[in-house]
Amino acid sequence: MSNQGGTADKYFVPDFMGRKFFCFSLTKDCKGEIVVQTRLQQMKEHALDKLKHVAEAQELQELRVKFLGKKGELTEILRGMGALSAEERPKIGQLVNEVREAIEETIASKQNEIEKRILEAKLAKQTIDVTLPGLPVATGTMHPLTRIIEELEDIFIGLGFEVAEGPEVELDHYNFEMLNLPKDHPARDMQDSFYITEEILLRTQTSPVQARTMLKKEGKTPVKIICPGKVYRRDDDDATHSHQFTQMEGLVVGKNISMSDLKGTLLTFARQMFGEDQQIRLRPSFFPFTEPSVEVDLQCVICHGEGCRVCKQTGWIEILGAGMVHPRVLEMAGYNPQEVSGFAFGMGIERIAMLKYGVEDIRHFYTNDVRFLRQFNRS
Amino acid sequence: MKVSYQWLKEYVDINDLTPQELAEKLTRSGIEVEGIESLNAGVTGVVIGYVQEREKHPDADRLSVCKVDVGKEELLQIVCGAPNVAQGQKVPVAMIGAVLPGDFKIKKSKLRGVESQGMICSAKELGLNDKLLSKDQQEGILILPEDAELGMDATEYLGLDDHVLELGLTPNRSDCLSMLGVAYEVAAILGREVIFPDTSVEENGDANPLKVDIVATEDCYQYAGRHFTGATIKSAPQWMKNRLMAAGIRPINNVVDVTNYVLLEYGQPLHAFDAKEVADHHIVVRLGQEGEKLTTLDDQERTLDEETLVIADPTKGLAVAGVMGGANSEIVSGTEEIILESAYFTPKTIRRTAKMLGMRTEGCVRWEKGVDQTRVRQAADRAAHLIQKLSGAKVSKGVVDTTVKVVEPVTVSVTLEKINIHLGTDMDASIVADIFSRLQFELDQKEEAGTVLFTVTVPTRRGDITLSEDLIEEVARLFGYDNIPTTLPGGEVIQGSLTREQKLRRMVRNHLIGAGLHETVSYGLLHPDKLAKFSGLQDDRNLRPVPLAMPLSEEHSVLRTNLITSLVGTAMYNKNRQTHDLAFFELGQVFLSEQEQLNELPEERLYLGGLLTGNFISVNWMGVKAPVDFYTVKGLMESLLSRLGINQQSVQYVANSERKGMHPGRTADVQIDGKTVGFLGQLHPQSEKEFDLDETFVFQFDLEELFQYANTFNDYKLLPKYPAITRDFALVVDRSMPVAKLEKLIREASGELLESVTLFDVYMGDRIASDKKSVAYSIVYRHAERTLQDEEIQQITAKVIEALTEAGVELRS
Repeated sequence: MSNQGGTADKYFVPDFMGRKFFCFSLTKDCKGEIVVQTRLQQMKEHALDKLKHVAEAQELQELRVKFLGKKGELTEILRGMGALSAEERPKIGQLVNEVREAIEETIASKQNEIEKRILEAKLAKQTIDVTLPGLPVATGTMHPLTRIIEELEDIFIGLGFEVAEGPEVELDHYNFEMLNLPKDHPARDMQDSFYITEEILLRTQTSPVQARTMLKKEGKTPVKIICPGKVYRRDDDDATHSHQFTQMEGLVVGKNISMSDLKGTLLTFARQMFGEDQQIRLRPSFFPFTEPSVEVDLQCVICHGEGCRVCKQTGWIEILGAGMVHPRVLEMAGYNPQEVSGFAFGMGIERIAMLKYGVEDIRHFYTNDVRFLRQFNRS
Repeated sequence: MKVSYQWLKEYVDINDLTPQELAEKLTRSGIEVEGIESLNAGVTGVVIGYVQEREKHPDADRLSVCKVDVGKEELLQIVCGAPNVAQGQKVPVAMIGAVLPGDFKIKKSKLRGVESQGMICSAKELGLNDKLLSKDQQEGILILPEDAELGMDATEYLGLDDHVLELGLTPNRSDCLSMLGVAYEVAAILGREVIFPDTSVEENGDANPLKVDIVATEDCYQYAGRHFTGATIKSAPQWMKNRLMAAGIRPINNVVDVTNYVLLEYGQPLHAFDAKEVADHHIVVRLGQEGEKLTTLDDQERTLDEETLVIADPTKGLAVAGVMGGANSEIVSGTEEIILESAYFTPKTIRRTAKMLGMRTEGCVRWEKGVDQTRVRQAADRAAHLIQKLSGAKVSKGVVDTTVKVVEPVTVSVTLEKINIHLGTDMDASIVADIFSRLQFELDQKEEAGTVLFTVTVPTRRGDITLSEDLIEEVARLFGYDNIPTTLPGGEVIQGSLTREQKLRRMVRNHLIGAGLHETVSYGLLHPDKLAKFSGLQDDRNLRPVPLAMPLSEEHSVLRTNLITSLVGTAMYNKNRQTHDLAFFELGQVFLSEQEQLNELPEERLYLGGLLTGNFISVNWMGVKAPVDFYTVKGLMESLLSRLGINQQSVQYVANSERKGMHPGRTADVQIDGKTVGFLGQLHPQSEKEFDLDETFVFQFDLEELFQYANTFNDYKLLPKYPAITRDFALVVDRSMPVAKLEKLIREASGELLESVTLFDVYMGDRIASDKKSVAYSIVYRHAERTLQDEEIQQITAKVIEALTEAGVELRS
């Protein structure tokens, strides 16, 4: 039996009430019980009770040192182990481990609890008003006319068309004469033009691109093009007229191209552009460069054919002009109308845009009011 | 052309169709009906009455108290306020219970104590188009002819129980500028007969004394004249006046009204002369003399020229042929002897004269499109029939008809095969033959080479049909477009695609939109002064903006040579509407020419322009601010060029203080391999002030040039396996030294192991000399196949330091 430098205090063992008893023997108490065992039990109970009420990390740390530290109570008790008999020792050893584990477990769970609470407090502090607006990211928009053109291009590319382009300043020859509109043709009244000289003008339609493309193809078929672009007419600007506007024409030339092909192509376009249940209607008309010529009506996009103010109660809205390419136009462009035929069509992009988006004034497309442009921000 | 539904019934049986149904059928087969107008604007209960007594109102100076007979047992007492009401007049009377336009109901009332059992109506109150009435008929109550039937419904009498179809005729269908022409069309649609007007004439006078000489045989093919004596000029009967008014023509007198009536029936313009003003009954059709004067019916003195076709007698001009008669030979009250002209003038001559004189009469409209020569005589006889009937004139025997040329009907052929190929149909010959017969085309049909050949003799009334395709159109429209199948083009197929340039354009757009810019589209025609304020790209060329010959306004009179002017205009527009943060771009053509008088097309280049002003990131609560500056725009452009795959090393930004309208110290040309492809910078503060803009930055590129350098193929390189080594340098240099020079020095001195040079700080301020700046670079070196050794790096950095020091650069650390 040895007492290795312990203070008298160490011989007091707290009971479960916190009272201390003095013991004479390190291994047996006054009643002859094994003292270490009791001490361990008492210490465990005492430690767990203490830990139960811990709230701060600092305190927890202090208790950890007090109970489990190098100079802690458990270590102190273990020191008394040397006095135990060989058969007592493993028993007590096991008990020590149990006590240690119990205390450690409690400390760990307490630790978690405290950390959790600290985190929660931190998170509460970090909480923001999620209803505040985000940092604005500049979002640009494509001009509605460009959107319509791209949409049309994609539809017709899907149908095997190429996109052809040409100059906006044109020769009278391409703009009119090649399209079967000789100089004194009465139909020239239909389109008052911006002339620069007698022979040079701002194109009034994108049809000269058709003439130029056909000439370039030198009689080869098939020709399958669409020609989007700006055109100019001598009109005063108002809600429905613009001296500059945008057109898209289409041309197909090949063997046995027919009016029914024109109908099918335009129906496909109408359905892709305006919805799968769309219907079109052809009405005879007149254009110098096509024969037969038709005007094409779309089922009214507002009332779906029921009849409304926009379609003047007819259920139909005119959207484009079309026809079978006039034999003289084919001839002038180097094609033999006995061998090939073709169809052509032309539409105003503004008109399509106005119908599709419900824009009421054509001038909006050219004033570029940001409040107008911003509305076309969806893809 | 305005077509009275009731009148049309005389020429074709349409009793089973409402005006609306008729309109739909016409529109679907090629004659567009633009509108249907009911002539009755809401009148019921108005009858024709007779003013038996008129007395002054006892208590009101301006009112009359009338006793009116409306064919009933009792006379109605009506108080009338019109000054022109008088005893003995036939007038329209709205009885108690009648309704007038605007849902105006007539009730029994008291006017100044006198009971009134109805209202005597004016033309306006009945909803008549009073612009077509004479002045005295426009004012006060409408006084009707004495022969008006008492008690008759006034709407019937005035022809108001009718609808007018407004035809929107295409230029090729001038045949429908007549009631008969429309009747042919309706007959063809419905498969019915055309009923012709009565052209019988009782030639009860002496021999026709006329003599006609056509001198201008190129312009006048035929001139037929009828002659009348003993005519009484008076008002035409109401039914005729109603029809003229329905067509928008003002009634004048019985003879003039007949010429207009027949014009509407046949589409053949006629003219009547007072024969006693025609010297020797001798009509000469000749060209005018330079400076020849003629006062026309509208009392305007017209100056003719040597190309004007004139109807004259041997001594003087009588009429501008086909355009308007002369005042000297007008049919007036008291005219007894009449010469009636029915002729064929060529469209070309009338179009020219009408344009020269700025006149467009009903006659002109028809002449210009070409009339049907076969109707010259028919119309003359029809008019003679009516003049005889309405004026009591004697018709002289015979028509003096001088014909120098006859427009022959053309024959046009088409095969059944061609029709079916063109239309994508599978019609058989009988369907086609039926359509031609409904059109009343003379048809020869024969089997030939496995198909059927149709040879059609086209009536001269259908001058628009000259080609087989024209016949195909007739078949198509009467067969019905709804009956044509729906197919897609077959045969040879090509792949639909965009060209490289078209794809690149889309990419540029998408890039800038993604970067937050709005795309604009603006006018190509601008004011020359505004255009001149800004620069294009080719300032060294002597470019002249291309002007229009006849602009609508100076605002849109020349073609643009730059996009900046338009963009500045757009910025101003938006700023005036309280939008201050703006970011735009536009892709558009500019038109470049050095010619003063254009004799070849100007060079068109596709430009990209842009404008930014205000904040690039809009105002926000976080206080993040990004006012647009030069480097914002430069960053945008760098990212765009990089997106286009243009090697940054080949791009140079060169200060240019000469750009028109641009800040001399904040503008850079963008050069690729030494070639200027665009510029960017701030607007000149003076320009900003002039256009009331805040600091505004613009860019402008020639996209076609730019696209030449574009390479959108992404070169993949293996990811590096070995670590890089980074060295930072802080350099002190003269403030005026462009950093591009430093980077160039570093790159050249670094050699192949250089991976990147990044400028990460520029400092100008108290801690260094006032004429110096401190510039910091982070330089990364890497070897692709091994880890770099310290010695290697030391060697390289020594070289770099040496090169920099040589260039007068001071190393800070």
